[in-house]
Amino acid sequence: MAITLSGDQSIPAPPLSSRLTPAQVWGIILLAPYLLVFLAFVVYPVCYGLWLARAPANYVALYNDPIFARAAVNTLIFLVIGINIKMLIALLLSGFFAQQRTWIKWLSVIFILPWAVPSIPTILSVRFMLNPEWGVINHLIFSFTGDDGPNWLNDPTVALSMAIGVHIWKSLPFWTLILITGRLAISHDLFEAAEVDGASLWQKFRYITWPSMQTLYVTCTLLSMIWTLGDFNSVYLLTGGGPADLTHVLSTLGIRYLRLDQLSLAMASIVCAMPFVLPLVYFMMKRLSR
Amino acid sequence: MKLPSLRDVATEARLLLIGIPVFLWTMIPIYHMFLFAISPKEDAFSGKLWPDHPTLHNFEIVFKQQHYFLRDFYVQFWNSTLIAAAVGVLTLFIATAAAFSISRLKVPGGRMVLNLALFTYFIPAAFLAVPMYRTMGNYGLLNNHWSLILAMVTIASPYAIWVLKQASDKLPVELDEAAVMDGATTLQIFRLVYLPLMMPSLVAIGTYAVLLAWNEYLYAFLLLSNDREITLPVALGNFLAADDSPWELLMTTGFIYALPPAAVYYAFRRYMVGGLTAGAVKS
Repeated sequence: MAITLSGDQSIPAPPLSSRLTPAQVWGIILLAPYLLVFLAFVVYPVCYGLWLARAPANYVALYNDPIFARAAVNTLIFLVIGINIKMLIALLLSGFFAQQRTWIKWLSVIFILPWAVPSIPTILSVRFMLNPEWGVINHLIFSFTGDDGPNWLNDPTVALSMAIGVHIWKSLPFWTLILITGRLAISHDLFEAAEVDGASLWQKFRYITWPSMQTLYVTCTLLSMIWTLGDFNSVYLLTGGGPADLTHVLSTLGIRYLRLDQLSLAMASIVCAMPFVLPLVYFMMKRLSR
Repeated sequence: MKLPSLRDVATEARLLLIGIPVFLWTMIPIYHMFLFAISPKEDAFSGKLWPDHPTLHNFEIVFKQQHYFLRDFYVQFWNSTLIAAAVGVLTLFIATAAAFSISRLKVPGGRMVLNLALFTYFIPAAFLAVPMYRTMGNYGLLNNHWSLILAMVTIASPYAIWVLKQASDKLPVELDEAAVMDGATTLQIFRLVYLPLMMPSLVAIGTYAVLLAWNEYLYAFLLLSNDREITLPVALGNFLAADDSPWELLMTTGFIYALPPAAVYYAFRRYMVGGLTAGAVKS
């Protein structure tokens, strides 16, 4: 029997730990802090939140709230259009930054700044630039054309586009950096061989770069979509959900309900996003935990 | 010296055609913030690209706390520092212990814990914020720094565990076996073999956790509200509460707030790029 054969004899052992080696006992002790954090601040809140969102009346209320429908559409636009534009630019720029030039090396150091600095001051800086009366953009428009510039953040379409722009400004460096790493991992011999065969720039991309980067590119796109669902700052700090609550996305809407003391509605709106989030998460986990 | 051929010039010009817009796109919001910080109020609001009379007066106001919105500047700066440091230390402790346990000690169920952590990593932070806010209320931690510290540790540790686990898997098993032969206990292996070898990854993860906590806005503004308890980003957000916000002071404070993380990032860039991108996306 394993019980009589193994186990540290110096410890008067209860049945469970007698089957464990000392190393495994230490393993459990060292894992415990994270498990405690996980139980107290992930499992409990999530279960509690789901319990709060259990009443079907919440979903009827959401269905009848035009702001929710608008936020769902905005979120889709943000993810499908915004993220794809961002990743496409990142893919192009990764090719640019992979060039061996001293000035491009310096530019890449500067390029990372939006990612390195906190988003609050920079987003507020953009917000003031777009101010219709005092902002620098409308001042420039006035001095060149003599006309007043548009009231940028007062039009829901423009305001949402600006929020997407701010998001791209902030996270483009990170994804470009990842794609550069992927691009630099491609063997240089392939490009030299293609050069000898007289391949065009497009052919080199189509037949060498893209096949070796497509998995990474798709992974990055999906990952960025999941994370962007949680991007609260870009919308909240730029438009505050306005004008007239027309530029909310799901993350700012949840917080809006929370601030209005409608916690069960806030949770219900998040639960509604789960049918889209969970398949993405499942897919990512399969891919990353190989 | 060889003169550049026409073709080289054309390539360089095409690269510049991308490089210049990239430079402007990156720098304009940051330059605009800097411009406000060195402008007197009238210049800032008149849309000039360079102030007529650049001044450090705004910094003086901030550092002397001479404005209603700035009266707790130093306390808030200290709160931000303290919380970021605490999150860094706690995350490192929890994640290193967990990664060692899963990767080196092969604790039963370790694989499952890792998957759970990975799952948490993928929950959008703004979604978890809603139930987290109520939970902290139930625990009686609202308006207490511990609520923000624990929330940020919860968010930072899954990624930390995952990256550290990847890094520890690369250390050869023979090291542990040799140490066991020499009669080392598990804790001695952890302290004398494991920690020194993991140092580069630990620096990267510590920096990651500190920056995450320093930069956090949403959780900070939900969990803390008292003027002397809040962190700097929340104080910056509070500037917007007034109709006639002193934007030049807001931008100055924002500039001061943005400097430490930028400095930390560039100081540890060597570690960050290697340690984080390797973990962020494994193709």
